[in-house]
Amino acid sequence: MSHTLITASYLLSGVLFILSLGGLSKQETAKRGNAYGMLGMGLAIVVTALDPRVTGYQVLVPAVLIGTLIGAVLAAKVEMTSMPELVAILHSFVGLAAVLVGFASYLDPNAHPTGVEGLIHEIEVYVGIFIGAVTFTGSVVAFGKLRGTIGSKALALPGRNFWNVAMLAVSAYLAIGFVGQPNHGGLMNLYIMTGIASVFGILMVMAIGGADMPVVVSMLNSYSGWAAAAAGFMLENDLLIITGALVGSSGAILSYIMCAAMNRSFFNVIFGSFGGPAAASSGAAQVTGEVTSVSVAETAELLRDASSVIIVPGYGMAVAQAQYPLYEIVKTLRERGTEVRFAIHPVAGRLPGHMNVLLAEAKVPYDIVLEMEEINHDFPATDVVLVIGANDIVNPAALEDAASPIYGMPVLECWKAKQTIVMKRSMGSGYAGIDNPLFYKTNNDMLFGDAKKNVDALLGALRDAGAQAA
Amino acid sequence: MKIAIAKEMRADERRVAATPDTVARLRDKLGFEVTVEAGAGLGAGITDAAFAAAGATVVHDKASVWGQADIVLKVNPPALDGSMHEVDLLREGALLISFVWPGKSPELLERLRARGVSTLAMDAVPRITRAQKLDALSSMANIAGYRAIVEAANLFGRFFTGQMTAAGKVPPAKVLVIGAGVAGLAAIGAASSLGAIVRAFDTRPAVKDQVKSMGAEFLELDFEEDGTGVGGYAKVMSPEFIAAEMDLFRKQAKDVDIIVTTALIPGKGAPKLILADMVQSMKPGSVIVDLAAEAGGNCERTVPGELVTTENGVHVVGYTDLPSRLAPTASQLYGMNLVHFLSDLGGAQKWNLNLEDEVIRGALVTHAGAITWPPPPAAHPVETKPVVAKPAPLAPTAEQKAKREGTRSLLVLLALAGSLLGLGAVAPPAFVAHLTVFVLSVFIGWQVVWNVTAALHTPLMSVTNAISGIIIVGGMLQVSGPLESPVTILGAIAILVATINIAGGFLVTQRMLKMFSK
Repeated sequence: MSHTLITASYLLSGVLFILSLGGLSKQETAKRGNAYGMLGMGLAIVVTALDPRVTGYQVLVPAVLIGTLIGAVLAAKVEMTSMPELVAILHSFVGLAAVLVGFASYLDPNAHPTGVEGLIHEIEVYVGIFIGAVTFTGSVVAFGKLRGTIGSKALALPGRNFWNVAMLAVSAYLAIGFVGQPNHGGLMNLYIMTGIASVFGILMVMAIGGADMPVVVSMLNSYSGWAAAAAGFMLENDLLIITGALVGSSGAILSYIMCAAMNRSFFNVIFGSFGGPAAASSGAAQVTGEVTSVSVAETAELLRDASSVIIVPGYGMAVAQAQYPLYEIVKTLRERGTEVRFAIHPVAGRLPGHMNVLLAEAKVPYDIVLEMEEINHDFPATDVVLVIGANDIVNPAALEDAASPIYGMPVLECWKAKQTIVMKRSMGSGYAGIDNPLFYKTNNDMLFGDAKKNVDALLGALRDAGAQAA
Repeated sequence: MKIAIAKEMRADERRVAATPDTVARLRDKLGFEVTVEAGAGLGAGITDAAFAAAGATVVHDKASVWGQADIVLKVNPPALDGSMHEVDLLREGALLISFVWPGKSPELLERLRARGVSTLAMDAVPRITRAQKLDALSSMANIAGYRAIVEAANLFGRFFTGQMTAAGKVPPAKVLVIGAGVAGLAAIGAASSLGAIVRAFDTRPAVKDQVKSMGAEFLELDFEEDGTGVGGYAKVMSPEFIAAEMDLFRKQAKDVDIIVTTALIPGKGAPKLILADMVQSMKPGSVIVDLAAEAGGNCERTVPGELVTTENGVHVVGYTDLPSRLAPTASQLYGMNLVHFLSDLGGAQKWNLNLEDEVIRGALVTHAGAITWPPPPAAHPVETKPVVAKPAPLAPTAEQKAKREGTRSLLVLLALAGSLLGLGAVAPPAFVAHLTVFVLSVFIGWQVVWNVTAALHTPLMSVTNAISGIIIVGGMLQVSGPLESPVTILGAIAILVATINIAGGFLVTQRMLKMFSK
């Protein structure tokens, strides 16, 4: 295949990827967007395979086949509740690939430009490996945190920012020794830098609390794009550059949107160590009042008497896999003529849009699933709000208590409804580690217990009553 | 602070301004001391002992109940009691909370002013979202609407719901509700839950959905005119509209069995909607319940306060005491409205008659020796939908922000341009070409993703993740050397992991998108 034909095909792939991302921003076009992405990727792989420089098919074909098989099995097997973990571990693969490509590019005997070009190439390799390594270890830690193998609490070293700066400085210093060495003489420096970057990635994600995981995951997504772009520079491949830049900037924007939804700056999330014990005891107002609890039967009665109900799901619903019986409840109520809607906070769950995916899995029609801004002003006219496994996103302290660490974060103002019921395992605090005054409000009742069990019981109670009435 | 619950004097009044439940709230939650006039709750079935058990002091002497209180709670406006007017029993500087109807009774206002008391009129509470919990008019209208159906059912000689029995077929009752305000909607709800066929008419098209949600059919005129007035009420319609409306009612009157009218226009007498000839055309045994009877009635045959049966056997109910006929519930709801009001006023500990507060100012009809009614006009949204102002924390205005962001992005752009020029001066042409592609791609990504809907964040992320597997191309270009060389091995591993990413990412996205359904 001629060089110009390859370049033209790469351009086409790039355009398909742009269409893919554009398509994914709306429900109606999302499936088409995904198809464009696959098409673009297929084209890119086929064209690269036909490149005259590529001859090692005996390695290429098995690697692609095995990889596809593993990927397909992962995609088919994963529980929708585990989506965050899957996305995180996939990010780590891109990071790892970027590191490997970087080393290979440095060691490649065929590609050794000299002079300014050589210098630029070496810097590209260095930067590419650095970003790749950070993405790799960061994603692995994020995966561990999301799975629960690593504690989700923010863990910050004392003087963390000092260490971060120091690691960056040492990496930069090693770069000076790395460039311009003949015969791969800089390899040792490259190894050390890779080690430092790996530690950097681990510490960065370790220091971020569970509540901020959506931001971290989309930030790592962005990093994986930058890593691919860097690889494109070192291999002088425009397709890699285009695609990497697309993914990098879209991931960055997604992180920005998430941060904006929490009313916090990106730096505050990454360097603020939010959700750590320090933030929890920062003199926020003491919550006073009485917590009243309620039984399943009473909750069923409240739901039956209500004419409008809003359900606020949180991570607890995901953990308990309660979305299926929950939708049964919704159906039962809707059959009675009750208006039932879901209110989704932008950072509910552990991944941007996590709740939407789970509700879609349970076949909840997406026109009754509303975003915070669409539904917040409807709470005062709502009879019952059912909060399932959510905590910080319904915390009135965010609006009322200037001393609270989450002050200023927009929250679902469910306490303005006539009655709220919070389904929760215990009085424990959420990821932000702060008390929730909602629980003490007079129009709030707590329904303690496992979310799945309670939702099931609630469904039973509602159906029994329906049967009696019929 | 001391609250007194006065006994109502009107002969047909069974309500009382508190129940044991609200007394307990006034005492325990708000910190007031509560005195109840002996016998105040008897009409609503509440004994003095029940009040005492809730923590109130029961006092027999009316003069001391009124005279020693800081706040007197009542249902009806104070009136003449024998030779003594109730207003004169109030201590100077005391606060009276009750229905007052300031528009109808200027002499009562003058008397309250002269006595030097502050008066909060429950009927003058602005009907805005925030004040819903103390909107006694709505509480009472709700009860009246329900009771209207109960009265109608009582007089009506048939089932509401149609039945096929072994002994024959019974047709369902047809109910027409005119005016779908709180009372109208309550009537619709009550009638449809009894099984009747319910139709409703209102000049405000906005209430159509509410009517439907209560289970009634919304009758429409073939006529374009929006009757939405200020504060959720209706306004006077054009003569053409009224003619069309009359036509509709005339047709309906022949068909339906029960008519409930609830049409009120603020400041005017009730509009006459059901004329004598329509009543004449109704079937014998039909019932008309006129909830506007107190304001003169929507039906020409209504006699306020009375039940009349016409010569053709139609019952016209003109009762003006419908809420009072459900005295225990009416007292509880009214009592809770009062509790909410007193809680908004700060309770006993943080008492603050805040004249800046729209709700308090709106309800305050006399204060500090002056008549303060009507309140200065406040702009109310015409829409009856609840409108909640978004909290605006210390953030700068959008304009300032845009300006600041504008300057910042200009600076970033300048810096970018500068560094590009610098690079262009030293770097080889190939690199600059790649950089161009890179920068342009960053901007495209930025623009394309900016408007993504939140629901699609996860699929978008998994697709971008799959796309970033493009790094496979890097690996592919490196596997063509000798098999045992480290470059080939590294490249092969890179291909493997990148493929996992590509396949996994696209397939899981596809799986997710399949689930999104409308």
